[in-house]
Amino acid sequence: MNDIKVKVKDLSLRYGTNLALKNISMDIPEKMVTAFIGPSGCGKSTFLRTLNRMNDLIDNVTIEGEVLIDNINIYDKNIDVVNLRKKVGMIFQKSNPFAKSVYDNIAFGPRINGISQKSILDEIVEHSLKQAAIWDEVKDRLFNSALSLSGGQQQRICIARSLAVNPEIILMDEPASALDPISTAKIEELIHELKKQYTIIIVTHNMQQAARTSDLTALFYMGDLVEMNRTEVIFSNPAKKQTEDYISGRFG
Amino acid sequence: MELIRLKSKEQDAEMDIVTFNKKKFRFSDWFAEKVIKAVAFLSIAVVVLIFVFVFREAFPIFKMDKKEVVATEVLVQESYGGAETESGSVKVADNQVANSNIIHGQEEKPSSTLLSNTWMPVSDNPRYGMWPLFLGTLKVTLIALLFAAPLSILAAIYTSMFAKPRIREIIKPVIELLAGFPSVVIGFFALMVMATVFQDIFGYASRLNGFVGGIAMGLAAIPIIYTLTEDALTAVPKTFTEASLGLGASRRQTAFYVVLPAAVPGIFAAVVLGIGRIFGETMIALMATGNAAMISMNPFDSVRTLSATIGAEMAEVVFGDTHYNVLFLIGSLLFIFTFALNALAEFYFKNMVIRRYQSKK
Amino acid sequence: MDRNVKDTIVEGITGVSVLLIIFIIVSILAVTIVGGWPNLNWTFLSEFPKDGMTKGGIFPAIVGTAVMTIIMAVAAVPFGVITAIYLAEYASEKSVIAKTIRFAVKTLAVVPSIIFGLFGLGFFIGFIGKNMDALLNGGELKWGQPNMLWASFTMALLTLPVVIVSVEEAIRTIPREMREASLALGATKWQTIKSVVLPGSVSGILTGTILAVSRGAGEVAPILFTGAAYFLSDLPKSLSDQFMSLGYHIYIMSTQSSNVDATLPIQFATTLVLLLLTFSLNAVAVTLRFKIRKRAK
Repeated sequence: MNDIKVKVKDLSLRYGTNLALKNISMDIPEKMVTAFIGPSGCGKSTFLRTLNRMNDLIDNVTIEGEVLIDNINIYDKNIDVVNLRKKVGMIFQKSNPFAKSVYDNIAFGPRINGISQKSILDEIVEHSLKQAAIWDEVKDRLFNSALSLSGGQQQRICIARSLAVNPEIILMDEPASALDPISTAKIEELIHELKKQYTIIIVTHNMQQAARTSDLTALFYMGDLVEMNRTEVIFSNPAKKQTEDYISGRFG
Repeated sequence: MELIRLKSKEQDAEMDIVTFNKKKFRFSDWFAEKVIKAVAFLSIAVVVLIFVFVFREAFPIFKMDKKEVVATEVLVQESYGGAETESGSVKVADNQVANSNIIHGQEEKPSSTLLSNTWMPVSDNPRYGMWPLFLGTLKVTLIALLFAAPLSILAAIYTSMFAKPRIREIIKPVIELLAGFPSVVIGFFALMVMATVFQDIFGYASRLNGFVGGIAMGLAAIPIIYTLTEDALTAVPKTFTEASLGLGASRRQTAFYVVLPAAVPGIFAAVVLGIGRIFGETMIALMATGNAAMISMNPFDSVRTLSATIGAEMAEVVFGDTHYNVLFLIGSLLFIFTFALNALAEFYFKNMVIRRYQSKK
Repeated sequence: MDRNVKDTIVEGITGVSVLLIIFIIVSILAVTIVGGWPNLNWTFLSEFPKDGMTKGGIFPAIVGTAVMTIIMAVAAVPFGVITAIYLAEYASEKSVIAKTIRFAVKTLAVVPSIIFGLFGLGFFIGFIGKNMDALLNGGELKWGQPNMLWASFTMALLTLPVVIVSVEEAIRTIPREMREASLALGATKWQTIKSVVLPGSVSGILTGTILAVSRGAGEVAPILFTGAAYFLSDLPKSLSDQFMSLGYHIYIMSTQSSNVDATLPIQFATTLVLLLLTFSLNAVAVTLRFKIRKRAK
């Protein structure tokens, strides 16, 4: 097992008075793929969004506990959330490219970081698109609107866009749930490539996907972390009855 | 695939120093937020400034009143005297002014005439009795409301309950077009067409009067009442309608016994805002009501409204003169009244709507 | 009575109400077009009024209205957009400040237009203008009297709510995912607003501007005593000059003219010009707004 990148300690989250995450603790290793599975509404996406403080945007959310990234508690009051999000990128369930050209989408992150020199931007755009394995498909239409691409391509643009700010961790919230099988396969292949360099945390509905792509799997149910282990263990020899029931499709 | 870091030195320098363990001060964000907040306060500031500046110019009247207690008492007696002979015509009011001149042989404090029955701001002995203006405004508002409210509410009911979706898509924007007609255009139409047509139909004496003005001002209120009523009706939860239709009620029964009662607070709010619109309408009043300040209950007599008085006379007054102050006083009253109406619609009726749906959920 | 008959009658009454309103709208349009069309030609649009305003065109009124609404828009749109950004992006729905601002905006929207006129007279002319004269011109009267600038500013306050409401509506149709995408890339709030929210609200800002211009072009009461002039033989040369306006021209010609009947063609044609102007502006705005709402769905 690799070094621990993210360490979560007794994390609880409330929407108003409604307890959505209950005392979650887990260790997420570096440069590996960790999958969160569970029935919808179990808190897996909410949990994912605590790792880059995306829940800050929602009113009425209170969080207790700690999330340590590289041994720094990201809920400390001195934390710079903007820089945190540069380190922890996020890919969303619905691909959300900006209504700009492919090039401008990718260059968005570097530009807000003050990079304006065209040659550097060109380099970053090309590199990021290559990393996201979509360079060959879009290199001739870099200046067309990103919205003119297919759903699967749009999602890979979003991945490239996120890579362009040089993150260390990439959070993926059901990145392939809206895509066809071929596009899904491409994304999964990409995840496999990316884990060589990035720590990847993926939320998925699809257990086969978790089994195919991840090194570790965590099962959530009703705001609880039921079980977390190496993926092959979870899928072949789970410790808990609840996990086994879920894996075999008896609920959820 | 072996990933080679192609990033340039500049990028490395920029990105590798990214640390999040200390809050970073970003001037542009800080500055933008301050500016945006400050500018957003402008709306509040403008409302406050309107209060301050409209009232400020009206204030001198009250100062005079306090110094002239004796004069006020004299006036009180005299207005009672005037009231006995009051018959609602301008001529009588004229006599009254003449009488008062003879009796007292001196000029009254103009401010103390505010509650008299005569509006004669431009004369040797100016009188600023606002009753005829109040009455005129009330009369016109009532006529406009009686015309506009039922018409708009019925039209809204048709649009939201009975019309097919495709027809609704046409009706709504067409009626809302009326909101885009400048009031001076409606006033012109009233002056040129409605005045003549109504005179032919009803055969009254003065071509421009409270009735023509009222109907024309009603036109200005129709889009407001219609749109807000339609919104209120549409906002009634679909479950209400479906439940009623499911029980075998007709669309008409559903509309009048289920949807309409549920939307009553919203419709009240619509009517209240409509009143505000009519009350403050200036150009139509100036052009279509005839502008004679007299006390009369006859809807076909000419009237002068509060706002039309400001519009007609402000351009001619001397800056800082009593007449000027009185016009600002009228403005203050208009402002207070529309402010109160808006507050009523906003807080009272809105809360009623919210409570209703919550309790029924 | 039979229920079906009752249904038909009641539905009929509501339907007739709709038809009556539409009939009135069509009548206003028809009367204005029929009355104004014959006199509407290039000379009418491009000439000054002649012979004591009984002949000639309305060129200065068109220019006056145009310039006044442009200054108005320049003043109102930035303030409106920024206020809308505050309401949509910064203010929490429950904060007292946001509620107060919202209430203030609604109040501005319902305050009678004549009150804005009074305010313009009392504040811009009587307070700001008089003080400017005292400070800058040694007491000589220049800004302390009705003029183009004060009339435009007065109108800007009147149209401020129009801009705010349109822009806020447009900002709110921008999906949360777009903001999240930007923030997740490490953009700050202001960077997100600048590069994602505002570009996405361009059509809303345009709608608000057009609606404001349309409203400002048609309103007369606020400029009655803050800058509109009965007749000018020259176009205004400076912001401290008075100006002629289409709406005011209609009012003056139809009520104060020495020979109302002789100028009827001019009155109708001027009304037609004003109506066409506000009408086409509204049509553009409505189309834009329809597109924005469609996007929201």
